Amino acid sequence: MSNAQKIGLLVLLLLYAILPLFLKNYGIYLMTLLCVYLMAAFGLNLIVGYAGQMSIGQAAFYGIGAYHAAILLKLGWPFFVVLPIAALACFAVGLALGFPALRVQHHYLAFATLGFNVLVYLVLRNEEQITGGTFGISDIPRPSLFGHSLDGALPFFYFCLVSVILLAAVLWWLLRSPWGRAFAALRDNPIRAESTGVNITAYTLLAFAIGAACAGIGGAYLATLVNFIEPGQFSLSVSLLMLLAVIVGGSGRFFGPVLGSVVVILLPEWLRFLQDWYLAIFGFAVIVLMVYLPGGLLSLGDRFKAGGGNR
Amino acid sequence: MADFLQLVISGTATGAIYALCALGFTLLWQASGTINFAQGEFVMLPAFMMLFFINSANLPLWLAFLLTCIVAMLLLGYAFKRAIVDPLIRHGVIPLVIATLGLSIGVKQLVKAGVTAQALPFNSPFPDGLIALGELKVSYADVGTLLVAGLIVIGLQLFLNRTVTGRAMQAVAQNTDAARILGINVQRMVLYTFLINAVLAVVAALLVAPIYLVKFDMGESIGLKAFYAAIIGGFNQTRGALLGGVLVGVMENLTGAYVSPSYKEGVALLLFLVVIIFRPEGLLGKSEERKV
Repeated sequence: MSNAQKIGLLVLLLLYAILPLFLKNYGIYLMTLLCVYLMAAFGLNLIVGYAGQMSIGQAAFYGIGAYHAAILLKLGWPFFVVLPIAALACFAVGLALGFPALRVQHHYLAFATLGFNVLVYLVLRNEEQITGGTFGISDIPRPSLFGHSLDGALPFFYFCLVSVILLAAVLWWLLRSPWGRAFAALRDNPIRAESTGVNITAYTLLAFAIGAACAGIGGAYLATLVNFIEPGQFSLSVSLLMLLAVIVGGSGRFFGPVLGSVVVILLPEWLRFLQDWYLAIFGFAVIVLMVYLPGGLLSLGDRFKAGGGNR
Repeated sequence: MADFLQLVISGTATGAIYALCALGFTLLWQASGTINFAQGEFVMLPAFMMLFFINSANLPLWLAFLLTCIVAMLLLGYAFKRAIVDPLIRHGVIPLVIATLGLSIGVKQLVKAGVTAQALPFNSPFPDGLIALGELKVSYADVGTLLVAGLIVIGLQLFLNRTVTGRAMQAVAQNTDAARILGINVQRMVLYTFLINAVLAVVAALLVAPIYLVKFDMGESIGLKAFYAAIIGGFNQTRGALLGGVLVGVMENLTGAYVSPSYKEGVALLLFLVVIIFRPEGLLGKSEERKV
């Protein structure tokens, strides 16, 4: 990353941190939701963009995290105990699902995650004693930090913003480590990477489980942000939209999910007059994007640079 | 026992509809390597078209069906291939999957925003009532569905196995390069596959619309079932799609009746997951080699 890019990033971040001071509660809620959604999207980018696997079940992990958090928080457990539990639960489930699915054939993880998402949705909807069924779980308490209540919209926004930055920093560090660099080799040519001694299955599996854990963390924050969860928030279509968000932004680029999440979370609110037409346009725009810019919106910059170099 | 048999028969009828949809799905995969995630919407659109021809243009059902077949072949066959599959297939499977996901969302929301968000009724092409065979009672709709689906499948098999065009299409599916060397017009054969897929979708729409009602999101469920069916039976086998479709339909019915209606989808879903994990080539499929 060049210095100019670093400064640009910092300015954007500062703007994002200041903007809610001038917004009403709903605006702050949306900006907080973006932070929470990003946690799961960053995880998905690790799976899709870096490990080169298709996952169509990120919302299932989002849901597992959210329901774990909601149920335990309602029992009075503290948030900072609940959070690692939600993450670990998703990590474990990710391993359990990913291990057999990745062992057999490469693109079968996509199918397995798709089926898994539908299954999780069915369980959330039908096991009323545990999950509240279609009524969901309401009145989920918000955490407090060093004795300060985070019930207000603004304090909770800053809490989520700091959390997502921390999570992004951990992922950034992870991807720059030797462990992370093996990913690039994996994604570009799995068989060649294997021949140089990279254990494909182990790496991909860990990436998948870590991505799932990120969604679990996001889910725990979502439960406390909305205070209410129900199965519809974690259906297959949510996973599909999140996958499209990551790809539209630019999968395999660290900040791709940020742009993609803005497109699916903030833009529809801003363009509210379009109503259902928004998603219709979005769907067809994805096709156009795949044809002309398969690397996602963030690859536009490279495109210009390459064009300039040719002239 | 009569109950059980009845459940199996009506499950087979529903499964036959899934099988038609899954059949198109596997044909596309074999001929062109396209995984079409908009397959459900390919059933939803013809349902709306037929309804439009029947209600707005006052056409009889058979004419509406034929017209819809033509429109579907143009739109879901030819245009789909030229506008989406042809430019993307070079980049591999994933961009095309993403594009069809986009297509699925786009078409669904377009119908929701531009036509209606409500569920519209669709008159069954078959008469009401039951046929009694001793203790066994079977509805005309189930028998009709099985007959239509059966005829279509047999016709398709005859076309694929007995005609020169059909055999050329199979050659393309088995080995594109070899087929090209033998002088087969590969692009044309692939196009035929897309046209057949469109017609299969229209037939599936005709059979499923009276059951599901015509709604913008009716394709979500049937698309998913077709997907399960194709994978369970075997992605690269035409017979697999048929077996998978019927299995999913029957298991759904039996689970709904004997286990719990809210887990109707559950058993088929579990079988789907088990197949992916332990027999990824599907019950009838052959495994594919990895290529560098």
